[in-house]
Amino acid sequence: MAEPILKVENLKKYFPIKRGLIGALKGEPHRFVRAVDDISFEVGKQEVFALVGESGCGKTTTGKLVVKLLEPTAGRIYLEGQDVTELKTTEEVKAYRRKVQIIFQDPFSSINPRFRIFDVLEEPLLIHGIGETKAEREELIFKALEMVKIAPPEDYVGRFPHMISGGQRQRVAIARALILNPTFIVADEPVSMLDVSIRAEVLELMKELKEKMGVTYLYITHDLSTARYFSDYIAVMYLGRIVEMGPAKKVIDNPLHPYTRALLSAVPEPKPERRNVIKELPIKGEVPSAVDIPPGCRFHPRCIYAQMGLCDSKHPELVEYEHEHFAECHLIGKI
Amino acid sequence: MAKSVLEVNNLKMYYFTNKGVVKAVDDLSFTLKKGEVMGLAGESGCGKSSLGFTLMGMPTPPGKIVSGSVKIDGREIVGLPEDVLRKEVRWQKISMIFQGAMNALNPVYTVGYQMIEPLIYHKGMEKEEALDRAQKYLELVGLSPDIVYRYPHELSGGMKQRVIIATALLLEPEVVIADEPTTALDVVVQAQIINLMKKLKKELGLSMIFITHDLSILAEISDKVAIMYAGKIIEIGDSEKIYYEPAHPYTQKLLASIPRLHEDVDRLEFIPGQPPNLITPPKGCRFHPRCPYAMQVCKEQEPELKEVDRDHYAACWLL
Repeated sequence: MAEPILKVENLKKYFPIKRGLIGALKGEPHRFVRAVDDISFEVGKQEVFALVGESGCGKTTTGKLVVKLLEPTAGRIYLEGQDVTELKTTEEVKAYRRKVQIIFQDPFSSINPRFRIFDVLEEPLLIHGIGETKAEREELIFKALEMVKIAPPEDYVGRFPHMISGGQRQRVAIARALILNPTFIVADEPVSMLDVSIRAEVLELMKELKEKMGVTYLYITHDLSTARYFSDYIAVMYLGRIVEMGPAKKVIDNPLHPYTRALLSAVPEPKPERRNVIKELPIKGEVPSAVDIPPGCRFHPRCIYAQMGLCDSKHPELVEYEHEHFAECHLIGKI
Repeated sequence: MAKSVLEVNNLKMYYFTNKGVVKAVDDLSFTLKKGEVMGLAGESGCGKSSLGFTLMGMPTPPGKIVSGSVKIDGREIVGLPEDVLRKEVRWQKISMIFQGAMNALNPVYTVGYQMIEPLIYHKGMEKEEALDRAQKYLELVGLSPDIVYRYPHELSGGMKQRVIIATALLLEPEVVIADEPTTALDVVVQAQIINLMKKLKKELGLSMIFITHDLSILAEISDKVAIMYAGKIIEIGDSEKIYYEPAHPYTQKLLASIPRLHEDVDRLEFIPGQPPNLITPPKGCRFHPRCPYAMQVCKEQEPELKEVDRDHYAACWLL
């Protein structure tokens, strides 16, 4: 791994659940959704680190914590050595956000429909006081649009979001993140709403920008195929925990955790000869609620290998099984 | 050879909008055999969902079937009056799993109440009998029968999708159209739903048209694949042929744009540009502005579907 630019240590985010009046009078305990429950990871400079998991596993919450859209319940986040959780004043947070930007999943709702493309891109410049005159800002906007291959920019700046295609919209969202010249970008499912043919284009673009501008990505996705293609490292999340983490190829080709194996077996592949074979999915049941997290290993109710007496009572530790390849399971080597 | 349950010939369905005529389904012909699954793929706006609705005999307004024929089990449905379509064709002969239908379940009624409606309407069943039937189908799709008494919010996304599938099967249609039945589902649930559809195909001999833009999912279930571009089928054939010997440049590019799980890919291919506006589609081959191999003839004349191989057709001048 390259020298780490982002370090996350024992990060937790619990969302309280409102008690009803009757509940409060009865003295029911406060309950929490444990969206992110004690995770640690490092992202190397100019690398792509993927957080992979099903909906509700806490991957987006982690991304929002990194961008400081949410405040952690506990734990630390360091960017370039600076403790991000300590930043409190508006100025400090603003300065931080100049370095860390986010691209959201849905380009149809992340861009204000009443803004022209020019306004969409001008807004971050105005907020951060970049470019004194409109002409200066225009130059930056044109440059950013050209960077994301929306060319010629003068044809597009006057348009409203509904006048461009979904792929172009997502590229505008990328341009909006890039215009501040950030060092770190959180990309939250940037291609999942796009057609397959356009996905490749946007991923290629993000890859190219990584080389050109030296940005580092936290890539949040549920799609293991794109994670393998786009990222250097993959962390698999389940119910708020990282259950497996390591170099992308190792995680995909030699998965250690039963959950990773189940996810991998579920990925559809363009191989029609297996069309009449019912796929074996080594997983049972459904994701439990993050309010009632099972004791012991939180995956044990769905794990086909779970050993009662061990997995349902003792919480496994994240252990490094081979160089840089971690997993959190009692049964590794035995299954 | 299995008999064909669905025959579509020269079907045209145009949307008559204020801005002009959108040729969403433009001269399509294909047949679907009993027990066969045909995958229908293409980018957004290529007309794949429009085709689904047209086959149900209900093109979305301002869409109208302009010409052509759709025969389900030998019976022509184009031109049938609406009340006949509703009473005798829709859901009985052909049914559809709509995109996002799992979010269209009414939250204030139980699942059972919503499922039995077609049975009471179409078959004149009593409530109890209809509920029995609904429970039978819920078991078939892998749900517990007492789901009929639950409300939609008590079910997970995967369970809701199973309810929708069960509902589409209730009247034992000959053909089921599944429009993006797995989008918005998590990978594991998606794989479970695909498994379910494979099981239904095998056990009930179900004939299906499976619509999605995701060629990886399509490969999991389709016997035959049709690739649509700008309202036309540009390539159609057995799955193996389409995936391993794609003939049309568009199909080739689509396949090259899929990231593979266990293969190293240095660069994904993509198709630059956008699908054309269907009000004024490009002259000649509709794909020519985006095609890397476009020649002069491609800009002038529209290619016809040609047989490349046995049961494998493609429309391209390069062939």
